[in-house]
Amino acid sequence: MVDAPILTLTVLGAVLGLDVVSFPQAMLSRPIVAATIGGSVAGDPASGLLAGAAIELMALETLPVGASRYPEWGSASVVGGAVLGLHGESRAGALTLALLAAIATGWIGGWTMIQLRRLNGLWARRLRRAIDSGSGGAVIGLQFGGMFADLLRGGLLTLLALLAFLPLAEATLAVWGASARYSRAAAVAVAASVAAAAVWKLLRVTEGARWYFAAGLALGLLAMALQ
Amino acid sequence: MTSASSPVPGGARQPMKTPARPEPVVPTLPIVTRIEMVLRLFMIQSAWNYELLLGNGIGFCVEPALRRLPGGRNGSAYREALARQSQYFNAHPYLAAVAVGSLARAELERAEPARIERFRTALCGPLGSVGDRLVWAGWLPFCSLLGLAAYGVGAGPLTVLLLFFGLYNAGHVALRAWGLSVGWRRGMRVAPALANPVLREGPGHLARATALVAGIALPLALGRAIGPGRGLLGGVVLIVALMGALAARLPQWLQGWRLALGVLALWIIYALAQHTVVR
Repeated sequence: MVDAPILTLTVLGAVLGLDVVSFPQAMLSRPIVAATIGGSVAGDPASGLLAGAAIELMALETLPVGASRYPEWGSASVVGGAVLGLHGESRAGALTLALLAAIATGWIGGWTMIQLRRLNGLWARRLRRAIDSGSGGAVIGLQFGGMFADLLRGGLLTLLALLAFLPLAEATLAVWGASARYSRAAAVAVAASVAAAAVWKLLRVTEGARWYFAAGLALGLLAMALQ
Repeated sequence: MTSASSPVPGGARQPMKTPARPEPVVPTLPIVTRIEMVLRLFMIQSAWNYELLLGNGIGFCVEPALRRLPGGRNGSAYREALARQSQYFNAHPYLAAVAVGSLARAELERAEPARIERFRTALCGPLGSVGDRLVWAGWLPFCSLLGLAAYGVGAGPLTVLLLFFGLYNAGHVALRAWGLSVGWRRGMRVAPALANPVLREGPGHLARATALVAGIALPLALGRAIGPGRGLLGGVVLIVALMGALAARLPQWLQGWRLALGVLALWIIYALAQHTVVR
């Protein structure tokens, strides 16, 4: 396995996984932040940023609304950023594998969040009598217990994902047969298609938004042409 | 209406002056209590569960203020109030600060428990829907797309990170601080504050701004992520437009990221097959 700072990445995944819901919800867990930091820890911030931008495009589709189930992008982005950071953005297939690792980790992470909510519910039921009698210790204990469990959840998820995906990425990249350029373009196209769908939905529900989008698109294409 | 008129026998209708109602004096909370409440607001969702939702978090955030009730932590007033505030509650986590402020004040003013409970229930709906539209569907994608636009024009990792994180949290922290402050100042008369133009008109304006930034950010971010080569970029832009329009019509359960996982897996199989063919 490539020389990866597993412990640091695990701690990072735990902290950024915690940010998704429990504390402090400052969106450190957004892919554009989390994957960039993950890539930096792995030794390549620029690759981390590329992974972050690609995962962020996909995360635009999911709104972290209350009880809904959505991918846990915090820990997942650390894993995605680390995979790309360790192999380098120019390596054929590295972005594809980083995205695959991030989505799979995010998917499993979403499931672990549901289990954590159930666990919190179980603890709340057990403490029901104390909470109903106004015990400060029970209310505060439940809150900190949930936070600690979430930290543990994010750390464990990141560790297992790194242990699974780092060797898998290394083995797959060693026998990668497709061109580096097309592989990268395909991965970015997939991510951008998800973002385009999210924007399309926004345009359909907001009055006048399509004109703003059209104006923005004209500016964006012009800037791209000038670049 | 602030004034009324009454008929005067044999004369013109004279406006009847009503004395201006004095603004209620806002009690002050010690700075340490306020700081503790603000810090706890960032942990409001730590024990989120399907039974109480945000309920325990509200109790947790109000608790420092409740210690000021007669008898302190061991008093019956504290225990009754904390039990009341730790029941089921649902709201957007940032705007829940409004509820924390107004419920803390209602409890310290010893409002009638049944009235507090009715008020608490009434707060859930507006604080949830307004927050979701303003933050999750507005401010977050706006900041995220701005970060992507910065990436697209060539900004480095630190610049992109600071731009997104700084801008998003300027709004985030301001909203929590405003919520706690307005909730405490208005107490159970907080409803008019929820008609604030930012909350009422903000989501619509933000959605249009997000559409504008999306138009700028998507091609630029695509351009940088793919790298040099106009022909390839043009092809990808076309594919993205077509795939995006198709993906937007998919049923809700079949989210784009699930499809993305499938397509990426297929590409990996293709790349591995290519290796075998070349050998």
